[in-house]
Amino acid sequence: MSYGAEVCPPAQAASNRMDDISDDDKTQKNTARITLRPAPAGARLLTVFSTLLLLALLAAPCLAQDWVRTGSGLGIEKVRLAVPDFKPSNSDPQNAALLKTFNDTLWNDLDNSGVVELVSKSFYPLQTPGLPAEVTFGIWNSPPPNAAMMAFGNLGVAAGKVTVQGWLYDVKNTASPQVLGKQYADTASDDATRVIAHKFADEIIYRLGGGIPGIAESKIFFVSDRNGHKEIWMMDYDGSNQRQLTHQGSISLSPRVSPDGSRVAFSSLTKSGWDILMYSTDLNRLVSFPHFGGTNLSPAWSPDGARLALSSSRGGHSEIYICDSSGGGLHAMTTGRGPDVSPVWNRKTGAQIAFVSGSTGLPQVYTMEADGTNQQRVTDQGYAVSPSWSPNGQFLTLAWTRKYGPGEPGSSDIYLMDIASKQWVQLTHDGGRNDFPSWSPDGRHIVFQSSRSGKEEIWEMLADGTKLHQLTFTGRNSQPNWSWK
Amino acid sequence: MNRKTLKLFTTTIALAAILALGACKKKVAPPPPPPPPPPAAPTASVSVSPDTIQSGQSATLSWQTTNATDVSIDGIGAVQPTGSQSVTPSDSTTYHLVAKGSGGTQEATTRLTVTAPPPPMAVTSSPSEEDLFGRNVKDIYFDYDKSDIRGDQQAAIQADMLFINQHSNINFTIEGHCDSRGSTEYNLALGDQRASAVKSALTTAGINPSRIKTISYGKEKPFCMEENEACWQQNRRGHFVYQK
Repeated sequence: MSYGAEVCPPAQAASNRMDDISDDDKTQKNTARITLRPAPAGARLLTVFSTLLLLALLAAPCLAQDWVRTGSGLGIEKVRLAVPDFKPSNSDPQNAALLKTFNDTLWNDLDNSGVVELVSKSFYPLQTPGLPAEVTFGIWNSPPPNAAMMAFGNLGVAAGKVTVQGWLYDVKNTASPQVLGKQYADTASDDATRVIAHKFADEIIYRLGGGIPGIAESKIFFVSDRNGHKEIWMMDYDGSNQRQLTHQGSISLSPRVSPDGSRVAFSSLTKSGWDILMYSTDLNRLVSFPHFGGTNLSPAWSPDGARLALSSSRGGHSEIYICDSSGGGLHAMTTGRGPDVSPVWNRKTGAQIAFVSGSTGLPQVYTMEADGTNQQRVTDQGYAVSPSWSPNGQFLTLAWTRKYGPGEPGSSDIYLMDIASKQWVQLTHDGGRNDFPSWSPDGRHIVFQSSRSGKEEIWEMLADGTKLHQLTFTGRNSQPNWSWK
Repeated sequence: MNRKTLKLFTTTIALAAILALGACKKKVAPPPPPPPPPPAAPTASVSVSPDTIQSGQSATLSWQTTNATDVSIDGIGAVQPTGSQSVTPSDSTTYHLVAKGSGGTQEATTRLTVTAPPPPMAVTSSPSEEDLFGRNVKDIYFDYDKSDIRGDQQAAIQADMLFINQHSNINFTIEGHCDSRGSTEYNLALGDQRASAVKSALTTAGINPSRIKTISYGKEKPFCMEENEACWQQNRRGHFVYQK
């Protein structure tokens, strides 16, 4: 099946695939059962799994949106997309610097998206288009580029404003090639140009990635000690634009951004002990939150933003508590002796909470209903912490050292578990301690902390464990938390 | 050992024993006759009490002589054969007593040291309560992933209780620490349990809970940075901190 036919106008794609929903859905459940097995899979199995995983991740949100099952081809045969560098539209001296920012950002966004295969620039002809009239289809849609799609455009600075024109062309459909045409204008700054590139990348990913919004404008909150103390920081999803939010001067940990992005709850060592603090990203300062007493850790937002789950030892032992988003109505959900910590809500339903408990010895991951009933242990051995629920509610990622104890050389790796069947697959294999996985809003990526480079840094990968790359390099950086959109 | 050597050996032992006995029984020579008593010579002694004073204070100089007819002390002059006198020198002084009699002359000296007055804010050299607390109260160590106080830590916690009971005015913090291996959030909860376990042992023994604060540091403030069991054990502890 050629991609030209497959991706054309979105409306057509939708009607084509509506018919396939029930069948594909069945296939998917079957394949998921086959590939998620409780034994480390070989490379081939992992590849098969990865493609199926992407499908799985795509499936649920698509069904919810009720318009597309994005073609089973997408995960296996990615769209070949050519992205020649955007060209200057005038001769302003500022163009060169902003073009570099724009071209680098757009390329990285598309490359990291996991939904397209970028055609290497070495295959491009010498003459690249900056305007639709300059597109020569025959050169682009046949080898060596052999592209199915092409993104191109131009950028120019005039009177302190940068203007970007961008197009997405289906170069195999010469009669009606335009899939997307966009124009952006903003102040001529590096930051504004980067945002424009993110927006344009998201438009492309939205169209080529099955109608799931892109993540190029999402943010990652994290802990960094680069200025001496562990403080809460944030950055763009690609690691750019890193900036410090808090200045507590003590130890601040476990940032968790609210679903609407307006607040960041975190745990900080204050004069009275470990308290939950609340930072407003709208006001750029702390806002009041009650002092509970005891050691209060690991806040987590319910998907509607109305409630927080957290760990508190105010009653003696560390237990999971729930309160409303302003800290009122605090009540305990668990009882027992072992430390209970790191709760996280089912992001899709809000009906379950996964958490970590040491009640049977080494910490294990448990799930319970959001009212505290039906507690179930989901990990069978080792040292399992830091659960994170996928946006579609189907998977948990966690940090797991399956073989743990004296003489066991096991390392902490990121695992993915199908919550219904408790079958799992290992996502990281490359050494170091890997911890605190957090899902991207589109369910295609996982950000986590790893010591594989020699010290704790933040890394990102596709949800099948591929396309691993490092996002932070300065100081020690940990506990990443990806925004909800 | 053949018979001949055995005999030789026995003989040697016997000979040694005889020699040893002989040495013990050696006769003591008779004491020489006492010499004729000499003419009665004068004796003299002098002392000062106390022997160190601060400038402006006084001390008592005492002396005793026998068989003396003419007694004098330098700086004071002729004095009674036996007596005492208050002295208030501004500098350190050596008192030199000369006692003359028909039997000869005897001299004696004593020295009084005068020190400058101390600065008004004298630093006390006795250890502070904080030093005593740090020296006497021992940290409690834990097993991996555990927060119960193990058997070999009982002596330490008993000693801690004794000191804390004897110094009922001291308030303190118990910090819960963990080794570097586990995960940040779980370790903070575990450190909290460790600090609580130590506090609970103390309060069960009757120590007022209002004197004790607890805090968990998890693995955020390690005592030792290496990655081996010796170091990890150092980091798994309930650490006592004096509260000012």
